[in-house]
Amino acid sequence: MINVENLTKKFGDITAVDSVSFRVPAGEIFAFLGPNGAGKTTTIKMLTTLLFPTSGKIEIDGLDPMRHQNEVRRRFGIVFQDPSLDSNLSAWENMELHGALYRVPRKLRRERSEMLLTAFGLWDRKDEEVQKFSGGMRRRLEVARGLLHTPKIIFLDEPTLGLDPQTRNQLWSYVRDLNQKEGITVFLTTHYMEEADRVSARIAIIDHGKIVALGTSQELKEKTQKATLEDAFLALTGTALRDEASSAQDRMRAMAQMWRR
Amino acid sequence: MSAIYILWLRELRRYTRSRVQIIASLGQPLLYLIALGFGLGAVFRQAGRGSYIQFVAPGVIAMTVLFSATFSGIALLWDRQFGFLKETLVAPVPRAYIMLGRTLGAATSSTIQGLLVATVCVIAGFRPADWTLVPLGIAFLVLIAVVFAGLGTMIGSMLKDMQGFQMVMNFLVMPLFFLSGALFPLDGLPGPMKVATHLDPLAYGVDGLRSTLIAQTFFGYALDVAVLAPLAAVFIGLGAWRFSKIQV
Repeated sequence: MINVENLTKKFGDITAVDSVSFRVPAGEIFAFLGPNGAGKTTTIKMLTTLLFPTSGKIEIDGLDPMRHQNEVRRRFGIVFQDPSLDSNLSAWENMELHGALYRVPRKLRRERSEMLLTAFGLWDRKDEEVQKFSGGMRRRLEVARGLLHTPKIIFLDEPTLGLDPQTRNQLWSYVRDLNQKEGITVFLTTHYMEEADRVSARIAIIDHGKIVALGTSQELKEKTQKATLEDAFLALTGTALRDEASSAQDRMRAMAQMWRR
Repeated sequence: MSAIYILWLRELRRYTRSRVQIIASLGQPLLYLIALGFGLGAVFRQAGRGSYIQFVAPGVIAMTVLFSATFSGIALLWDRQFGFLKETLVAPVPRAYIMLGRTLGAATSSTIQGLLVATVCVIAGFRPADWTLVPLGIAFLVLIAVVFAGLGTMIGSMLKDMQGFQMVMNFLVMPLFFLSGALFPLDGLPGPMKVATHLDPLAYGVDGLRSTLIAQTFFGYALDVAVLAPLAAVFIGLGAWRFSKIQV
């Protein structure tokens, strides 16, 4: 379903993603793990048509995201690392907007919105503005929205960041359920190793833009002679702390807090 | 088409929900109208040019639309940093449609804002010379709104953060306003000022409003339309092009 060969992305002198190759067969739950700044989000952006690769090849369901942008976009749903809801709109309006953008027929849109909002426990509050929602509710809404147009693939970029264990559990059990029932391919990133261990069939570990290991959780543990995935992860990526440069985005956030817009 | 409509609707919903902001943004035009209208009224009358309130009201209305439209266009910057933009960028819709929906929504909400200020002007004592020409004046308002919403979106697609925004504010939006003749008559200006005012698109907007609302014109109604209408198309075209190049 996802086919990546020698994918490279350079920003000036910095190589964010360095000749990465992997395949994700249809119906698999695939985890993409790595420390901060390892190139996870950059890879996802290239897979989802948001960023042009410097070189290499990508196929999503047999299509090149650069040449068949809209066909590829129709095939996946995505939950971004950063919030991407319109917080001045209600949950229902966010779903409506998504459905209209993806040209889901009105009747089907309503049915699926109701089904998904109910499944994620948001139906009772569908008419409330999203700014009144907690972090967990927003996340659930984003997942629900990403599934509205029945995509073949769902990308989840750190979907459980900052959520309580209850919400995390519920989210993953729903994702697993969906994977089993509808055969949707799942591509996820997370910093919670036990989640990746529990949910995913195979795991790729990326560091400094390169894939350093790829296999089942069991294989990674055996390869590194460690008992847990977390230890295996640390053995593969080292224990040095990673600092990401403060971006324009961080500065904007600080500014927005001042402006309260 | 449904994409354009839904994004237009989104902008409008956001506008109508920000009641505090709507009221707050009436403050500045009101200040110009009252402080300048009454403050300079006597001098203006002595110079034999009639009522300053009558003269400045179309300028203040145009100013409202300029600010409101440019800012709603630039609000793209917020969406870009706080994520919602990405949701539209991964949607299977040509980017131009997304830009068009947003821009038309921004233009619509700024037109409404302009009409609100116009109402306030009437309450403050402003009277159109000929009420039958008011619909034409509104058409001008829409034209101004589209021009500057297009410009705002174009700029918003190019900026990365708030520092750029300050630059745009000080070196583009404020000069556009002050050189437009919103506050003073354009005749009898010294050479460089004359050139600058002739290059300011808002000058044609203000002039169009004056010609329809108070039967005074500097460029002439036909020239105003002939400048603004193509400019609206150019800004929307350039904006759509810049927007389609966004990578996040």
